Amino acid sequence: MTNPAKPKSSKPDAFVMDANRLDALIGALASSGHAVMGPRVADGAVILGPVAGAADLPLGVTDRQEPGRYRLKTVKKDPAYFDFAVGPHTWKKFLFPPREKLWSAERAAKGFAVREDGIDAARRDKLAFVGVRACELAAIAAQDRVLTGGEYRSETYALRREQTFIVAVNCRTSAATCFCASMNTGPGVGAGHDLALTELGGGKDHRFLVEVGSTRGEKVLMALNAKPAKPKDVAAARAAVAQAAKGQRKMPKSAPTVLAGATDSPRWADIAQRCLNCASCTQVCPTCFCNTVTDTTTLDGSGAERWRHWDSCFTLDFSYIHGGAIRGDGAHRYRQWMTHKLSHWFEQFGTSGCVGCGRCITWCPVGIDITLEARGFVKDAKGKRKG
Amino acid sequence: MAAKTAGKPKLAVWKFSSCDGCQLSLLDCEDELLDVVGAVEIAYFLEATRAKVAGPYDVSLVEGSVTTPEEAERIQTIRRQSKVLISIGACATAGGIQALKNFADVADFVTAVYAHPEYIETLATATPIADHVPVDLELRGCPINKAQLLEVLGAFLAGRKPNLPNHGQCMECKQAGTVCVMVTKGEACLGPVTHAGCGNVCPPFARGCFGCFGPKENPNTAALAARLGELGLDKRQRRDAFRGFTAAAPAFRKESETHE
Ligand code: SF4
Ligand code: SF4
Ligand code: SF4
Ligand code: SF4
Repeated sequence: MTNPAKPKSSKPDAFVMDANRLDALIGALASSGHAVMGPRVADGAVILGPVAGAADLPLGVTDRQEPGRYRLKTVKKDPAYFDFAVGPHTWKKFLFPPREKLWSAERAAKGFAVREDGIDAARRDKLAFVGVRACELAAIAAQDRVLTGGEYRSETYALRREQTFIVAVNCRTSAATCFCASMNTGPGVGAGHDLALTELGGGKDHRFLVEVGSTRGEKVLMALNAKPAKPKDVAAARAAVAQAAKGQRKMPKSAPTVLAGATDSPRWADIAQRCLNCASCTQVCPTCFCNTVTDTTTLDGSGAERWRHWDSCFTLDFSYIHGGAIRGDGAHRYRQWMTHKLSHWFEQFGTSGCVGCGRCITWCPVGIDITLEARGFVKDAKGKRKG
Repeated sequence: MAAKTAGKPKLAVWKFSSCDGCQLSLLDCEDELLDVVGAVEIAYFLEATRAKVAGPYDVSLVEGSVTTPEEAERIQTIRRQSKVLISIGACATAGGIQALKNFADVADFVTAVYAHPEYIETLATATPIADHVPVDLELRGCPINKAQLLEVLGAFLAGRKPNLPNHGQCMECKQAGTVCVMVTKGEACLGPVTHAGCGNVCPPFARGCFGCFGPKENPNTAALAARLGELGLDKRQRRDAFRGFTAAAPAFRKESETHE
């Protein structure tokens, strides 16, 4: 599901506004009934949470990311609002909450009275996201394919998704762990946004190029009195975004096919020696959708609740069927995760399950790097062909 | 199963070598305490009431580890009187902090600490309840989490399986939105090998998990120890990291011993 596209017209679709109008944009979204979520600094990281205005955003904050390591830095010169890459949180925490009460039941005179808590809460959740990056739009699109169509449809996800207003941001810097360019998902925003911002300058000469992606985006922007952009503003924005692709990690192009043929590779056991099977990679991944439901009952037996929560292919219970777990050891679990993300996802959903955001690399406590591991398999495959 | 006044299941709470903290978790269920009392007959619970009802008991909650010859006998009697026996807390499930004596010579402690060592009767080790009798369910933690305790009692009363995830603490962090202290601060954290269930208590306070829920399902302690080394922990510190409240849990004991 994508946001309703803007019909073609002769009106311009790129505008420029002063950076201080960001506050007005957030205000406009809030006053039209949205709970506005965006990036903010907490506990040494840029996380996602409620933002009341531009003052809540991480002005002048940049990040340094490496496998298993993340640090923030503050820049004094020409501070910008969005010169950091994706952090530990993903927008899925809003669209597909880690824990969600689906329904509850109370014993009544006859049978049970059932309340649809999940749907009720989702209906109330009118969200606006500020600062969604290109890889994250691709990830939301990937989750849309899983959770709004087909046999795994989630009504609560679909409801939230439909009501969500998206202000995307084009990246002009990327972290060393990013590899969106090699996954064709970024650093420039393609589709799926209502508005897309590109930061121009910083400090005193600080503006935003604002591009319109939907009719509702256009409506919000028109109220902000933004001026049509000059060609040189658009060119400057494009150049800055192109710059961001430099210095990124790369995922080898042949990874999907190579991995499909690597089922019995000894590499899985090697990775399993280093992997904690802690599941952090799946929890921070913006496309991972695995979930489970649990039922609870009250002590007096008068009520019951059904909860849905995130699950992970790294847990033993995940592959438990009568008698035992199919993926008993870490090698099988890492193989499931990596081959699903990079290879089988294509067969299942028609795209890659990885958008190249790099979160699984940064937030792996032992710094296992999915691109490096993929290169290992590609190297093995090349060796085999030659030998 | 709706609780009838007459035929309510009988609950007993027993104490072995421990600090009483886990039993207190039951009393700490202020809002739910009336529901608990409504659903079960509290037949033996000295922390709460002096009244004792003779066994057999439908459910026994056992706190503490076995550290004296008297305790080793008493647990046998309790097992015989209990239809379901649930060990609660780090002491009962992994020996507790007192299991540190398993790594030393107890006779030395006794002579160093007590004026009259001849009055002290103690075993050489502190061991979990499951080392002595079959245990139906183990509830982890130092102390246990009260929501988990209520879940276990609720599940028992309804005749269903309790929801007690076996995965690690990292999933609790991630689902709570807690920023990883190991990745952002280089803080040593046992979370990647520690059983979930505490409700994500320590990392939100900018400190690593110290493993009080004991090992998770297949914990890769060696890989974590290697990482702790990279973060600057020397051999002794790595040994001590695995030698805390759940030092006698086999996976943690073995890992700590490789850093002797
Ligand atoms: S697999 Fe890793 S890099 Fe790819 S989308 Fe998931 S978290 Fe991002
Ligand atoms: S790859 Fe890293 S984050 Fe993922 S399960 Fe293994 S140790 Fe945890
Ligand atoms: S703080 Fe510890 S438990 Fe939490 S995610 Fe990081 S390593 Fe895992
Ligand atoms: S975070 Fe770790 S040490 Fe802290 S309470 Fe939870 S299990 Fe225990």
